[in-house]
Amino acid sequence: MRSLEGKRATWVAGAVLLVLAAAAAAAPLLTPYLPDGIDLANRRAAPSLSHLFGTDELGRDVLTRTLFGARISLVIGLLAAAVTAMVGVTIGAVSGYVHGWIDNVLMRLTDAMLSVPRLPLLMIAAAIFEPSVSMLILLIGLVGWMETARIVRAEFLSLKERTYVEAARAVGMQPARVVVRHLLPAAAPAAVVAATLAVGRAILLESAMSFFGVGVQPPQPSLGNMLYQAQTTMSTEPWLAFFPGAFIFLTVLTVYVVGADLGARDLR
Amino acid sequence: MLQYVARRALQAVPLLFVISILVFTLIHAAPGGPLEVYLANPNVRPEDIERLRVALGLDRPLTEQYLAWLKGFVVGEWGYSFTDGRPVLDRLLERLPATLELIASAVVVAGLVALPLGVLGALRKGGWIDLTTTVVSFAGISLPVFWVGLLLQLIFAVALGWLPSSGRTSYGDGTLPDRLSHLIMPAIVLAAVHAAAWSRFLRSSMGTEVRKRFILVARARGLNERSVVWRHALRNALLPFVTVLMMDAAIMITGAVITESVFAWPGLGSLFTEALARRDYTVLMAFLMMTSTAVVFLNLAADVLYHALDPRVRVR
Repeated sequence: MRSLEGKRATWVAGAVLLVLAAAAAAAPLLTPYLPDGIDLANRRAAPSLSHLFGTDELGRDVLTRTLFGARISLVIGLLAAAVTAMVGVTIGAVSGYVHGWIDNVLMRLTDAMLSVPRLPLLMIAAAIFEPSVSMLILLIGLVGWMETARIVRAEFLSLKERTYVEAARAVGMQPARVVVRHLLPAAAPAAVVAATLAVGRAILLESAMSFFGVGVQPPQPSLGNMLYQAQTTMSTEPWLAFFPGAFIFLTVLTVYVVGADLGARDLR
Repeated sequence: MLQYVARRALQAVPLLFVISILVFTLIHAAPGGPLEVYLANPNVRPEDIERLRVALGLDRPLTEQYLAWLKGFVVGEWGYSFTDGRPVLDRLLERLPATLELIASAVVVAGLVALPLGVLGALRKGGWIDLTTTVVSFAGISLPVFWVGLLLQLIFAVALGWLPSSGRTSYGDGTLPDRLSHLIMPAIVLAAVHAAAWSRFLRSSMGTEVRKRFILVARARGLNERSVVWRHALRNALLPFVTVLMMDAAIMITGAVITESVFAWPGLGSLFTEALARRDYTVLMAFLMMTSTAVVFLNLAADVLYHALDPRVRVR
């Protein structure tokens, strides 16, 4: 990936990501319309100067809804990745430091979770619990910790053998202090990269769940459920399907490019 | 070798055990239990629900239920669908061929894209093919699968009218060209993610291979470039690829669920979404168990195959 890891591509990706995030955050200031503002005189209008992304079957402005949808999608992506990172780092750290049967149990659990297809698992959980947005964040976060756990565990296993860690233990430092002071900071860069990639994956998972009707529930717009609603009228109003999907694609793409660059750098 | 296979197969048993507990717990965590959907239905009388509860064994302790379910799963008695009363195993098996057809085609498509992109990208690092590989690989993993499906339908089925927008055949069993025309779009959509990931993987494994000394020797002996690259280097670069291919099975199944429902492809994935809409828990449980078991066995097969293909890992 060297050619994209060059500074320029990362800067461009980072800038685009910032613009997208800022546009979503400042949505109420940027658009004169409300996300659920019905305008029956302008139903199914093609993109024009007054409605850059067109309008839907109730005359709601698609650009406004895309921006407001992106807010939910980005918040879910970020917070779910935070859950993923917390669970993953904890399990990886315990597994890598303690060793023995606890490590064995945790790693079998990790293998098991990696073997169950993720989206079907999430969709069943969502169908059972009919989650609110905060529950959705928790569910998406809880199916993604396995990669982070493996990475942190591997880091811990190699760090534990380092002389400075051995020295800390030799002078009688408490195990908990060794972990917090010496091991966690050293494993942090790898965990940060894993967390960045988890943001992209969480956004994709949320959009897929909402696309199947088990994620964010209408009338609250999310990028995924806008696509779900666009499916039926796609042949006559293609803009309804194009713009929300393009927003997901651009966001995830830029997150991945930035994440790959972080991974290639030595953050220490 | 046989000993190795036996040892790895034994390791799969506790794994499947953990998975079965996860799946069972999830389904029984529903507030109203697996019969939740009937509780909300005013046409179903409370005494009928009670009768069903007893008939299905749902009144017994959870551990007893779990053991009975696990035993049934092992011997192939997967229970009956809540929606049409037919055996779950039959419902899954009749959908299996369509999914296998779709996945096999997607693997071929992804391989055909990834192979040249990965190899040529590795040979000319920084060149335009390499740049294409990089862009394709990043784009491929970032695309929402269902969105790509919708866009392709819009372009090739609605606007151009070249391909049918959904289904597996136009009517009945269909002719071969008819079936192929239905297969093209879903196969490409399902292949996209993997074409991206595999080309990136091949590019890096080819990159390390072509820098090895035996390649230098092969060139020094005057072998032509084509033979050096495609016969000597690629063969080694493809070895770890076997593992990647099998490990991607879980992602492939997730992709199939999305792709099949966008294109109304009558496979396991669309059976899953239908069952989900009706809260048909026996089908959902069986789907999760069947696919996870398949993933565990494919991972096992990957390890064994890698072991068989590469003598170096045997020396341990």
